[in-house]
Amino acid sequence: MTTAPQLTRDPHGRLRLTTADGSTHEGVVPVRAFPIAAPTEGIALMGEDGHELAWIDRLGDLPEATRHLVEQELASREFVPKIRRLRHVSTFALPSTWDVETDRGEARFVLKSEEDIRRLGPATLLIGDSHGVQYLIRDLAGLDKTSRRLLDRFM
Amino acid sequence: MIRTPHSLPGASTSAPDTWQAELDSQLAPDEQVVATLETDLDVHLVFAPGRLVLTSRRLLGRSSGDEGWAAWPLRRGLSMQHHDHAGVGTLELHDAASRLACWRFTLAHNVAALQLNDRFAEQLTAHLSGQPAEHPDEALCPTCKAPLAPDQAECPLCRRELHTTPSTWTLFRLWRFAGPYRGQLLAGFLLTLAATGATLVPPYLTMPLMDKVLIPYQNGQPIDIREVTLLLAGLLASALLAWSLGWARTYILARVSERIGADLRTTTYEHLLQLSLEYFGGKRTGDLMTRIGSETDRICVFLSLHLLDFFTDVLMIGMTALILFSINPALALVTLLPLPFIAWMIHLVRDRLRTGFEKIDRVWSEVTNVLADTIPGIRVVKAFAQEKREAQRFREANRHNLAVNDRINKTWSLFSPSVTLLTEIGLLVVWAFGIWQVAHNQITVGVLTAFLAYISRFYSRLDSMSRIVSVTQKAAAGAKRIFDILDHVSSVPEPARPAHLAQVQGRIEISDASFRYGNRGVIRGVNLSIEPGEMIGLVGHSGSGKSTLVNLICRFYDLSEGTIRVDGVDIRSLRVADYRRHIGLVLQEPFLFFGTIAENIAYGKPDASRAEIVAAARAAHAHEFILRLPQGYDSLVGERGQGLSGGERQRISIARALLIDPRILILDEATSSVDTETEKEIQKALDNLVRGRTTLAIAHRLSTLRRADRLVVMDRGQIVEVGNHDDLMAREGHYYRLYQAQARNVDTDLDELPTARAEAKSPLSK
Repeated sequence: MTTAPQLTRDPHGRLRLTTADGSTHEGVVPVRAFPIAAPTEGIALMGEDGHELAWIDRLGDLPEATRHLVEQELASREFVPKIRRLRHVSTFALPSTWDVETDRGEARFVLKSEEDIRRLGPATLLIGDSHGVQYLIRDLAGLDKTSRRLLDRFM
Repeated sequence: MIRTPHSLPGASTSAPDTWQAELDSQLAPDEQVVATLETDLDVHLVFAPGRLVLTSRRLLGRSSGDEGWAAWPLRRGLSMQHHDHAGVGTLELHDAASRLACWRFTLAHNVAALQLNDRFAEQLTAHLSGQPAEHPDEALCPTCKAPLAPDQAECPLCRRELHTTPSTWTLFRLWRFAGPYRGQLLAGFLLTLAATGATLVPPYLTMPLMDKVLIPYQNGQPIDIREVTLLLAGLLASALLAWSLGWARTYILARVSERIGADLRTTTYEHLLQLSLEYFGGKRTGDLMTRIGSETDRICVFLSLHLLDFFTDVLMIGMTALILFSINPALALVTLLPLPFIAWMIHLVRDRLRTGFEKIDRVWSEVTNVLADTIPGIRVVKAFAQEKREAQRFREANRHNLAVNDRINKTWSLFSPSVTLLTEIGLLVVWAFGIWQVAHNQITVGVLTAFLAYISRFYSRLDSMSRIVSVTQKAAAGAKRIFDILDHVSSVPEPARPAHLAQVQGRIEISDASFRYGNRGVIRGVNLSIEPGEMIGLVGHSGSGKSTLVNLICRFYDLSEGTIRVDGVDIRSLRVADYRRHIGLVLQEPFLFFGTIAENIAYGKPDASRAEIVAAARAAHAHEFILRLPQGYDSLVGERGQGLSGGERQRISIARALLIDPRILILDEATSSVDTETEKEIQKALDNLVRGRTTLAIAHRLSTLRRADRLVVMDRGQIVEVGNHDDLMAREGHYYRLYQAQARNVDTDLDELPTARAEAKSPLSK
């Protein structure tokens, strides 16, 4: 079921959705159903009460303006820095403090346990830090040798 | 300011220092800084330092890209909003018309952000009314809002798990467990010394045998029978001495190491039991079982066998070196020459082996985890005919295991032959140099024979010593995994100076309670006050936080923010075991331990008399069915109470709760998994249990909560409605909808409600 939602942004920065039946919803939040496996497919628009209002099959199907709004809103909510390089790890025992380069700048975080490194696919890793931020490694083989060697000690 | 691991050292010292000066110059003389927040993200969620400062007059903000400070004077209509999602917190400044600004930060700064948010509301009111802000004089802990003593920098209850890393010399930490056996260890050490000395006598006796007996005989002199007998008797005596001393030392040290291993196991298990449910939630059973079972055993074998052997070898090498130097320093030097090379080689391989063995350990737990996943879930596997897939998963884990082992074996297999080669070369050097010395009459043949006898032992020990590298690494890896458990501080910490609560009335006050699991807020801003003896029914969809709230009251977890007080005392200031004694818990899936029914009923009060047990069983309506069993109260029940029906097991668990006579009673879906008929039986038992106790009951079937004094309706971690049945029905809110849905279809579970709504939208969703 693909609806053509009428999305606008109010001055408070929140999204407003007008559905086909004419009802409007404030504070609409777009949520990706498969944020890692298929980020551009299956996006739900959720109302403030946490119920689904509309479902978007593919982001590309939306009209340009609406898509831009959805993407903007997603970008402001999504925070999964992609690790490009491991610069340093304080120790190979845990907890360990990692200095990394990500697509969102340099970061330092604490890895609490080996279980926080989760394999999502053959080459994809999701690393959770002690404050609940998730760091993503998209392509394990694409990392440089030093990073891979450091990472290898934890896996 | 709050320093966290998140603030990069470069970022938080240099730039903001100049900002601080700039900020100071901007402040009016009577303007005071009320709160400060360091942010570590910019609006586009890129890591960048920023700062938000609240003064008595305005809000000042700056991020790394800005030229100067942006300011928003306090005025009517301003409001600040705080929310967090997926590990990122957001503060937004709004006026009536629009959003003015927005700041982002990781949750490392969340405490400061919440504080700033609170202060902002206070300052705004103060600014508008002209009254100075009512600022509580006593310092409050930002997390739990408990008053702090004047000399306390941080609240002892909220001291978070420290990010300290365990030392690399983990094996030395085993000394803590060896301490009690100091005396026996010393005896073992002395015996080792003596035994090693005794084994070194025979090669020494080969010298006179060669030089004074055999060579003179070859040169035509007769053999001196007396001297030969003496020498041979010496050889026999030293062998017997070495044998008896070796036996004594091995026996004593093996005993000690076995005890150390047992202590280690018990201590680890006891510590594990103290850890909060949060810890168990994040760990796999198979992994924990391996750690306590085989890792402790591995350490024990290491201590009793490998370490002991290694220590003996080191002693032997030291003593041999002394003897060799005393006989002939030049030859001794040549003999010992290959030693540094071998040491260097061992060192070289050590690093690679250690990481390899850690990897093998992890892969091994992967293999056992597959088993631990599949075997308990075998019914599901078979029902969906996924045996092949599970077999494939196991094969995959095994293949990974094999690959890792192959890689490490490549290094490892090269190691031993290389040591042997070096040994042979070393012997060759001694032969060559020895023959040269004999030719130049510097040493006798006897001396050369003695040297060769010594060093062939010596090198054969070096070969076995090289094995210490791998076993030490294995044991160290095992010790690390055990100390990982031991170092894990319970997230439900015991207070340093526990308050005492002898008599409990059962008044529960929950204020501003929030709980975050990972980065998901499960409970948000819950306030609830429960009178002694009151029965509260908790109602809501599954996932609305009912069970979490109950777990928080039991203190299985500690709150992220806010407090829970029982009779006015913060539950975090009570000893966990003391506090839980006042709580009776009846769960949906009653867990019966292996043992008799009587033991199971008396689980919470092992010293209960038989009369007490029977009385509790009577009150729980369990007495009669227990008597129908062939062995009555002495009937054995299995791991999950096999042989008993769900309702029977539930009544045993009710009897268990009744026996400890708790002031606070928690019923978590106590009647959900049984049929209506059994439910009536259980309900009768529960009515006995509830009487006169503060009760929190969670139930799917709203009808089971008819006796509740108040119903609390929860939705997405918040309390949305409170009142009795009639009130809530009259209000036509959440509860009304839940009730209507159940009345329409008695069998409808609350869980199915949202899908029922979705059904209207799309026919596919059920």
